[in-house]
Amino acid sequence: MSNIPANLKYASSHEWLRADGDGVYTVGITEHAQELLGDMVFVELPEVGDTVTQGDDCAVAESVKAASDIYAPVSGEIIAVNDTLSDSPELVNSSPYEEGWMFKIKIADEAELSALLDAAGYQGVIDEA
Amino acid sequence: MAQKTVLHASHLAAGAKMVDFFGWEMPINYGSQIEEHHAVRQDAGMFDVSHMTIVDLTGANTRQFLRVLVANDVAKLTVPGKALYTGMLNEQGGVIDDLIVYFLQEDFFRLVVNSATREKDLAHIIAQAKAFNVTVTERPEFAMIAVQGPNAKAKVATLLTADQQAAVAGMKPFFGVQAADLFIATTGYTGEDGYEIALPNDHAVALWENLLAAGVKPCGLGARDTLRLEAGMNLYGQDMDDSVSPLAANMGWTIAWEPSDRNFIGRAALEHAKANGTDKLVGLVMEQKGVLRHGQRVITPAGEGVITSGTFSPTLGFSIAMARVPAATTDTADVDIRGKLVSVKVVKPAFVRAGKKLI
Repeated sequence: MSNIPANLKYASSHEWLRADGDGVYTVGITEHAQELLGDMVFVELPEVGDTVTQGDDCAVAESVKAASDIYAPVSGEIIAVNDTLSDSPELVNSSPYEEGWMFKIKIADEAELSALLDAAGYQGVIDEA
Repeated sequence: MAQKTVLHASHLAAGAKMVDFFGWEMPINYGSQIEEHHAVRQDAGMFDVSHMTIVDLTGANTRQFLRVLVANDVAKLTVPGKALYTGMLNEQGGVIDDLIVYFLQEDFFRLVVNSATREKDLAHIIAQAKAFNVTVTERPEFAMIAVQGPNAKAKVATLLTADQQAAVAGMKPFFGVQAADLFIATTGYTGEDGYEIALPNDHAVALWENLLAAGVKPCGLGARDTLRLEAGMNLYGQDMDDSVSPLAANMGWTIAWEPSDRNFIGRAALEHAKANGTDKLVGLVMEQKGVLRHGQRVITPAGEGVITSGTFSPTLGFSIAMARVPAATTDTADVDIRGKLVSVKVVKPAFVRAGKKLI
């Protein structure tokens, strides 16, 4: 069974979102997503300063198996990206919720959070698949 | 209902992630495809290839029959045990399948063909065999384990009897020998040294467990694909099929044109294709970020081509591919990667062999 931390929010497209305070949210992909994709070989991240809209494809996770778009779970400005992933994309596999984080967004509209799932809701998405 | 090999429970016990592979439930990996890949390049790994189809051909005319059935010439097989890689073509000169032929006795040859093509292969072989009075016998009672890597033979040797060790001692590449209940062949699909071992289903789990205990790492279809692609070996259904000439699939070397009066199936079409020219299968190398994938468009000054197989090469650390392109393609091309044109190098389709980088 995949680990789905209770303190995170989730998008049905398999991104997770963690509140860092001051309207900043860290984004990555779930353990379930990295299991589906297999060994990660490249991660293409957005640029710091980019403005993204909820649902936009803003990063690419490229594994041995496929290239997968990563979607912005909320709208806002990219204020940091995880540069470590350019040399160590395997962190997405080994530590999807910690060292394998992808980018941080300064959220534009907190109301968008209501469109996201809690851990139980995300578990439901996986079970249906 | 998916078919399962006799090793199915062993895969699950080893933590395999199982996928459907043309009707067979097979391991894609046991955790990390890349670690499995490196194990084969640097040490020893094993693959369950029991889904592959073993077909025995018997009868006095078997050699004559094979000289018509396949494009390579079994007249080259003069020493018992010697094997030959070849395409089996249709009358249009397309590849029905690629396979290995073993010469065991004058009235007994063995074929190992792909599992995905099993039904059409058997139908074709049986239909063609009638005129030669050759008996075609599938051998589903055999499992097959490929043990590959620089330390593969040494690790297998620890499990063999003295007689079996003597039987395989000094065996050159592309030979097979029956040693007690094991049919041991110096063949493989990884570009490394090693064996492919066929044995009765009843004995397969014990051999698998003993290989595990000897330190051979279980490897799935994922690693098998990246290894064969680095080695520049074709995958049937992807790099060639019924509609593709072996001349356009880097299989020209498997066609025995001489003697010119050997009228193998597909010969006339092949001679016509050769005279008119065909596309060619080349290797692509992309050292920048990204991964070349099957189906991507290849753009060259001579026209467009397509990637037949593409992957990230764990040994090289960048992406490689095989692509079918116009014959006039030179040393560079562009690939359309998700709408972006990226320049790649065009090379011979072989990237890594015996642990050594070829590019």
